[in-house]
Amino acid sequence: MLAFLIRRLVQAALVMFVISIIAFSIQDNLGDPLRELLGQSVSEKQRQILRDKMGLNDPFLIQYGRFLKKAIHGDLGTSYFFKRPAVDVILDKLPATLELVFGASLIIIVFSVPIGVFAAIYPKHWFSKFSMGASIVGISIPVFLTAILSIYVFSVEFGWLPSFGRGETVDFFGWRTGFLTRDGLVHLILPCIALSSIMLPLFIRLIRSEMMEVLESEYVKFAWAKGLQPRRIWFLHALKNTLLPVITVGGVQIGTLIAFTILTETVFQWPGMGFLFLEAVNRVDTPLIIAYLIVVGLIFVITNTIVDLIYGLVNPTVRLTRPQE
Amino acid sequence: MSPGAWHRFADSRVLWSFRHDKVAIVSFAVMCVYILLSFSAPLIAPYNPYDPTTIDIMDSEIPPAWLENGDTRFALGTDAQGRDMLSTILYGTRISLTIGICAVLLQAFLGITIGLISGYFGGRLDNFLMRVADIQLSFSTLMVAIIVLAVFQALFGTELYERLAILMLILVIGIAEWPQYARTVRASVLAEKKKEYVDAVRVIGLNPVRIMFRHILPNTLSPILVISTVQIANAIVSEAALSFLGLGMPVTKPSLGSLINSGFEFIFSGSWWITIIPGIVLVILVLVMNLLGDWLRDVLNPKLYKE
Repeated sequence: MLAFLIRRLVQAALVMFVISIIAFSIQDNLGDPLRELLGQSVSEKQRQILRDKMGLNDPFLIQYGRFLKKAIHGDLGTSYFFKRPAVDVILDKLPATLELVFGASLIIIVFSVPIGVFAAIYPKHWFSKFSMGASIVGISIPVFLTAILSIYVFSVEFGWLPSFGRGETVDFFGWRTGFLTRDGLVHLILPCIALSSIMLPLFIRLIRSEMMEVLESEYVKFAWAKGLQPRRIWFLHALKNTLLPVITVGGVQIGTLIAFTILTETVFQWPGMGFLFLEAVNRVDTPLIIAYLIVVGLIFVITNTIVDLIYGLVNPTVRLTRPQE
Repeated sequence: MSPGAWHRFADSRVLWSFRHDKVAIVSFAVMCVYILLSFSAPLIAPYNPYDPTTIDIMDSEIPPAWLENGDTRFALGTDAQGRDMLSTILYGTRISLTIGICAVLLQAFLGITIGLISGYFGGRLDNFLMRVADIQLSFSTLMVAIIVLAVFQALFGTELYERLAILMLILVIGIAEWPQYARTVRASVLAEKKKEYVDAVRVIGLNPVRIMFRHILPNTLSPILVISTVQIANAIVSEAALSFLGLGMPVTKPSLGSLINSGFEFIFSGSWWITIIPGIVLVILVLVMNLLGDWLRDVLNPKLYKE
């Protein structure tokens, strides 16, 4: 287990290293810090002196080292637009995005497991057929289109639900949450549904196919032969082993989920990190772009590592052999 | 195709199952209609949406012909700039399909080459390449594409970017998804490598490149075929999402995604057709490709890979 842990951590560190290199080279190529600092009236000679003094003429590695040192202390520069430290700007928006992801994950878990299991146990039932058909349609509708369609139907046509923003939020131990007010919850409904709209069918299909495979396996047949109760076989014997591949796919989907938050937040004008990132791109706000890359990269690498470690804990064979096929 | 090959195809299980599956027939027919209509867009479209001289701003936001205030000149209405929706959608579908197909060709080329090398030579190289594939896969195409394209746009400015958009989209979506093919091909190569015919050609003394491409590759084609349809669907969705975010095709040369984006703000004022019609066109296209992919997977059933 220790070797597995170390290998996984080394990989995480490597990925983070690559992300930081990319972030740094963006900073290096995008925008001239002197132009942001000085006006037009400063002479070229003075500029050169200042460049030397600020270390902008140093070799790449030295500059990168400096960048890394500052980054580790949480200093990723000051946003041009907000005139505040970029990390602070990003972290202010983090709760909004996390609540969106939390709501969507809740929808995915609550619906995908029962529907997937049901469809595996009774493949001929009309509800199973219906949910399989619905799920392939669901997979085929892009997230942003689900978002737009839901706005069109529920906000524009019926006027039942709000179409943008977070609504009223309250302070909950320094965390501005929309989960505790009626208005905040109402604002969460459409974005969460939109965000989960592709993942949910994906997981339903995955759980169904894995579960069907497990139900055909020898040990389940043996459990039937022993005369165990169906409930016990389905939920204790079969479901447990179904969840293994689901964890792996869940890990792979984290990156997709991050991309989907950008899309969902754009459509709903949700004041989260993804929306902020797109705005930063349009304003060429380099420090903010970099801060987003580093913060999201960090979240991504940490969650991915945790998922892999959980998988390693649940499935001992991963630890013993190198992952081959 | 020689008559022998044709007969073998006509008698095959694939064709038999195709003829007995209504969903597959309909999906295939719809896909053919899409390809035919969109690639003959310059011939059949009533207007040329790229030609500003034919566009009259007075014609903007006309609803589809069957609605009140509709105009028979514009069967599906017009967008905010006064372009005919039908023509714009035809041209847009052509762009979406082109990007989807080219991106998948690039993916397939990279993935098949890497997968063959990885599976055939094995050892450390294989280990390294598959590690890279794992990491690349965990990043998700859309996330990589959004970041890469956003940075490119910021670096080069919008104007140059708009000219390079098609190329950039193909490159980014093509490069980001190679692991899908590499893993599939590698798994098949590992299975094929153990077979005697490979030993035989090796004893004859053929060089590895020839063995890989002429002898092993043809036997790995069915899983490649299965993922290709789904990959094209995914590529089209990715392209649409990127264009929707303003990181893909510009509004002057819209794909389905940028059309949806350009109409989004008009949804609130009631001009739903600018967004909803291209949206439906996109969904149906992706849906039939997914259905075909599902059907192919069931028929060829390559147990070698799982999602």
